Amino acid sequence: MTVAALQTSSGDLRLRLVAAFIVIACLSQLRALPIALAALAAVGLVAAWRRPDAQLWRRLLHVEAFLLLLFATLPFTLAGRPLFTLGPLTASVEGLERAMLIAAKVSASVLVLTVMLGQVEPARLGTALRGLYVPEAIVRLFVLTARYLGLIRDEARRLQEAMRMRGFRPGTNRHSWRSYGHLIGMLLVRALERAQRVEEAMLCRGYEGRFPRLAQPAPSLRDWAGASAAVVFGLAVTVADRL
Amino acid sequence: MAHIPDGILSAPVLIAGGALAAAGVALGLRRLDDRMTPRTAILAAAFFAGSLVAVPVGPSSVHLLLAGLMGVMLGTAAFLAVLVALLLQVLLFGFGGLTTLGVNTVNIALPGVLCGLLLGPVIRSTTRPAVRVAAGALAGALAVLGTGGLVALSLWLSSSDYTPAARVVIATYLPLALAEAVVTATIVSFLARVQPDALRPVAP
Repeated sequence: MTVAALQTSSGDLRLRLVAAFIVIACLSQLRALPIALAALAAVGLVAAWRRPDAQLWRRLLHVEAFLLLLFATLPFTLAGRPLFTLGPLTASVEGLERAMLIAAKVSASVLVLTVMLGQVEPARLGTALRGLYVPEAIVRLFVLTARYLGLIRDEARRLQEAMRMRGFRPGTNRHSWRSYGHLIGMLLVRALERAQRVEEAMLCRGYEGRFPRLAQPAPSLRDWAGASAAVVFGLAVTVADRL
Repeated sequence: MAHIPDGILSAPVLIAGGALAAAGVALGLRRLDDRMTPRTAILAAAFFAGSLVAVPVGPSSVHLLLAGLMGVMLGTAAFLAVLVALLLQVLLFGFGGLTTLGVNTVNIALPGVLCGLLLGPVIRSTTRPAVRVAAGALAGALAVLGTGGLVALSLWLSSSDYTPAARVVIATYLPLALAEAVVTATIVSFLARVQPDALRPVAP
């Protein structure tokens, strides 16, 4: 039941946000490699159980540049028992273990994020954030930015297509960079024009810097169960890690 | 490489970053007129969309940060725009981190806001296009280098084992700073010609 509560996208978002934050905070501070690997396996099982889509694996594969960087530097710079030598560089067991620990923690955190918060609409997120006492102005900004991002990205795509049609071939040179400058400049000019229209339309409808707030139903038993299961998991790994 | 993911930084760094970000965001909220919210949000979306454009640098391509320009055009509201953009990225696209939200906000927004405070007045008041281009380029480059320095600092403060990685981070920011300088200078002179009002900060 708890896993089912985690996977529904209709549950109480406030609880899920808080629980996801606590779990990730716990995972990110692990120190023992076996515990981190076990946590990654557990989270991975839950993720695989809820019918993963291609998006999930793409997110994982989109290995953060940071991980690559740490894998490239840590084994060779951390002193310890030598594992293998690569020219003048010697990789240490400790360094490799450290890199694997970080990779496990980062991947587990990404999985938790996707399992618990994947596929939510920005409008619902806005209401949930308001329910968590995030200042109203930030929530308004968040919802409006999410709403206009799609439109403006489409605009950017059209501008880029137009550039390609006119024979623009990007390269590492001043001309390309300046062309991108003009592209983004135009994007900003159009955004300001849009803002002008939106502001006028909102003022016409009596906007005073506030939105009506939607009442949210209290979290159901299922939501509480899912959130508690997640938090208990997070605390359990932390305790196991420090013992 | 401006978004540090969850699982790398130490707790004290995360908490300090969160506190600094909260202070910056509170400042931005105090300076932002409620009625300017739609404008700030639409500009934030435009900056976000602009930073998704892949700009070729050498054999690979980079995404611009545009923080220097945000500092000039949004003022202290850049803290809000960056926080909201990072929140969107982590909650809707799954990139970046939830616990590192504060650190990442400070790393990107703080250098931009400082550049806006320092170079914004020059960009707005000068009558010589060459000076404006130079100030724009400086704002773009300094903001990127500032972010690179802060990212390296976050890594280095978290664990001394990250020191070599932190050095590499700084090196990767140098080509980005060059591209960002040219792009920002172009945008600034473009806006000065087309819509000079755009260069006035939304929140001082």
